[in-house]
Amino acid sequence: METGMQAGPGAPLLSVRGLTLAASRGGEDLPLVEGLSFDLAWGETLAIAGESGSGKSITSLAVIGLLPPAVRAVAGRVLLGGRDLLALPEAAMRRIRGGRIAMIFQEPMTSLNPVMSVGAQLVEAICAHEPLSRREARQRAAAALHAVRIAQPERRMRQFPHELSGGMRQRVMIAMALALRPDVLICDEPTTALDVTVQREVLDLLRELQRETGTALVLITHDMGVVAEMATRVIVMRAGQMVEEGPVERIFAAPRADYTRELLAAVPRMGRGEGAPAPVAKAAPVARLADLRVRFDIRGGLLQRVTHRVHAVEHVDFDILPAETFALVGESGCGKSTIARALVGLVPFQGHVEVAGKALRGLSARGRRALCRDVQMVFQDPMAALDPRMRVGDLVAEPLVIHGIGTDRERRARVAELFARVGLPQEVADRYPHEFSGGQRQRICIARALAPRPKLIICDESVSALDVSVQARILALLEALKREFGIAYLFISHDMAVVENIADRVAVMYLGQIVELGTRAQVFGDPRHPYTRRLIEAVPVPDPAHAAPPRLRLSGEVPSPIHALGQGPARAVLRDTGGGHLVADTEMTAVRTTA
Amino acid sequence: MHRYRFVLLRPLQFLPVLFGISVITFVLVRLIPGDPARILLGARATPTAIANIRAQYGLDEPIWMQYLYFLRNLADGEMGRSTLYKIDVLRLIATRIEPTLALVGAGVVLALLIALPFSAVSARRRGGAADHAVRLVSTAGIGFPSFWLGAMLILLFSVHLGWLPVSGYGETLAGKLTHLALPGLTIALSLSAVLTRSLRAGMIAGLQSDVATAARARGMPEGVVFWRHVVPNALVPVVNLLAVNIGWLIGGTVVVESVFAVPGLGNLMVRGIFSRDYMVVQGVALTFAVATVLINFLADIVTVALDPRVEL
Repeated sequence: METGMQAGPGAPLLSVRGLTLAASRGGEDLPLVEGLSFDLAWGETLAIAGESGSGKSITSLAVIGLLPPAVRAVAGRVLLGGRDLLALPEAAMRRIRGGRIAMIFQEPMTSLNPVMSVGAQLVEAICAHEPLSRREARQRAAAALHAVRIAQPERRMRQFPHELSGGMRQRVMIAMALALRPDVLICDEPTTALDVTVQREVLDLLRELQRETGTALVLITHDMGVVAEMATRVIVMRAGQMVEEGPVERIFAAPRADYTRELLAAVPRMGRGEGAPAPVAKAAPVARLADLRVRFDIRGGLLQRVTHRVHAVEHVDFDILPAETFALVGESGCGKSTIARALVGLVPFQGHVEVAGKALRGLSARGRRALCRDVQMVFQDPMAALDPRMRVGDLVAEPLVIHGIGTDRERRARVAELFARVGLPQEVADRYPHEFSGGQRQRICIARALAPRPKLIICDESVSALDVSVQARILALLEALKREFGIAYLFISHDMAVVENIADRVAVMYLGQIVELGTRAQVFGDPRHPYTRRLIEAVPVPDPAHAAPPRLRLSGEVPSPIHALGQGPARAVLRDTGGGHLVADTEMTAVRTTA
Repeated sequence: MHRYRFVLLRPLQFLPVLFGISVITFVLVRLIPGDPARILLGARATPTAIANIRAQYGLDEPIWMQYLYFLRNLADGEMGRSTLYKIDVLRLIATRIEPTLALVGAGVVLALLIALPFSAVSARRRGGAADHAVRLVSTAGIGFPSFWLGAMLILLFSVHLGWLPVSGYGETLAGKLTHLALPGLTIALSLSAVLTRSLRAGMIAGLQSDVATAARARGMPEGVVFWRHVVPNALVPVVNLLAVNIGWLIGGTVVVESVFAVPGLGNLMVRGIFSRDYMVVQGVALTFAVATVLINFLADIVTVALDPRVEL
């Protein structure tokens, strides 16, 4: 028996000893986690950090006793107050789940039952553990929503999950988890699916609630910024094993393991926009957008007439210069991807769009096809962007076939060259997409985009789904390709740190309009618009010594981009504040920051 | 509640649909070869007698005039006289609609009662013996034609065991129910095969969903997770599946009513076709079409009630 079995001051609340998890596949045991041991003290925040496949999530599922059927605990113990949870019968474990150990998940969108009201789900969770009347349970539920700073809890309880925003849903999940005052709250990537300003709100809320309730937090995350901001102690995991453990300050200041050092080095950091100044090209722009507007009709009524319009993109102007990385940043729904789709002619638009000197409007079918050679796209999810039934060599050659470039032999040579250029061995061309890792798949997508020698590549969240170490390598590859071939990028991202590290010029979007546009140094070194500042301040800083920013006031919901016919949003007028740094008047976004 | 506003608006859209259906059935019926007057009077009828009958039923008018007469009669609450039964078709349908509605209703209810427990067992013990058995039976169920299945059920329950009547329809409620048991079961067995597969797939997806994992993490017993968080979400697509299959189901009553001699609309339809009774055929066809439209409308209402995200 280990020491510290008696629950008492000084004894750990939760103690994992030699935990070994294995997945059985075809009669063989594949180790997922090996010999993991750690303690969780009362009221502390322990971060388990690691990249995908490190075993951090499956560890949390083992603690709460919800391992998937194919996975089992081969060895080890999970001790809570001296009892081994792995040996507990299901009925006893059920009382611990939700009662003493609660858990919240990454996807608040899919973790709530869509056909049950928020109140009914809260009441159900409370009644499963405490013998309360429905009235008392409803009061407890309302109090729990109130505790997570949800206004008008009674009204919210009557609503269904789809009527709430993403941040609101995650707060409901937290309320549900904390309603029963558990000793341990496991948060599995609690803010990964949320926008950065919403992430900031949720992180602030978790920290405050922990102070109020004294619940111990286990925070599972890949984001070293979140770790630095939240954790008191850190476990770094890789491929099922603990690489390093220590207090958060020590881990960041003096990492001992090589892997921790690499991981921290790969994390994109925010500075003040320093670095080489953007090249001022005198050449004609690769792409020009003038007064671009994209609106989608909403039909209603008996005759299905247009009653409202979604104003997805409003009065957007910018140029992309050759060999420039032009970044569009903004939160989900701000219209950044719609701009990309307008640029390649995938959505109908109003205004003027010009690629390589040719206006998109009024192009013949042949002209449009030629334009597709000049503009290529790399998407967020490489698995979804690659046809699973085609060999990757054929996938990379496909744009050449479509545009009738070269003979069969020339195409094969070109594919070989591209594979070498993006860092993939030549022999893999005969394999299928599922045989590659996420980073390799994105390299295949990049090779495919490069194939017809485009002038502009649109990267729509192209590195957002990748682990930081892979992300850093892909960003380096993009940078090298830009220098080598003089390609321009339209780099669309929600990640301010990544944008600061790769962009020459940056446009910040809010509700379909650009609110600030300038060079990297201008936007990150001297952010003028309150929304830009808000975005920058919201990013968790991967440095525990960094003073936490002043707590942001809780914002209301982002205003809707849907307007009745004949009405529209107020136009953000951009003014030059010097050196081409364009900033919008602030009234337009005032709604959100004061709500 | 504005989510239910379509309940008031949708019926207005039915008007053009019903007009189209009435034109199509009217024309199609008249494309059936054979002269109703000749069939009514037999092979040795005199030309005068045939001409008289044709005049009496308006069959000598041009087809568009016949359609206008039909519309005028419809406004008066009549569908024209049946050449076979010598009474108005609307009254004829009114006397025959109850067994058919009861049959379809019994079929759907029985199908759900069969499909729900079977798919539940199958999904919760996925890969087990019960799962394989359910999948085998439901695949076979899709394959068996209803006339054969009906005959086998008669053989087993009526002839060998003598538990249930062979055919016909009862007078009292109990009599009606015992007479509906076998034809209802015949319809339910084929329908439940389709439903079981869809429900099983939905339940398996639901059991692995984030909703289920999150509910388990809150300490919900597995039964609650299944019946409250998995089943309601799996039922939503099944309502639409039922609505899509309703045309097939109504067509099925024609066969099943013939096998079990149930005096319903399907039976009436078959008789009407054999005696070239235009009025009966178009009246029943129109009734079936209206029923299909209404049942789909009902399915929309149920979907909106089951899933708060749906807006129509």
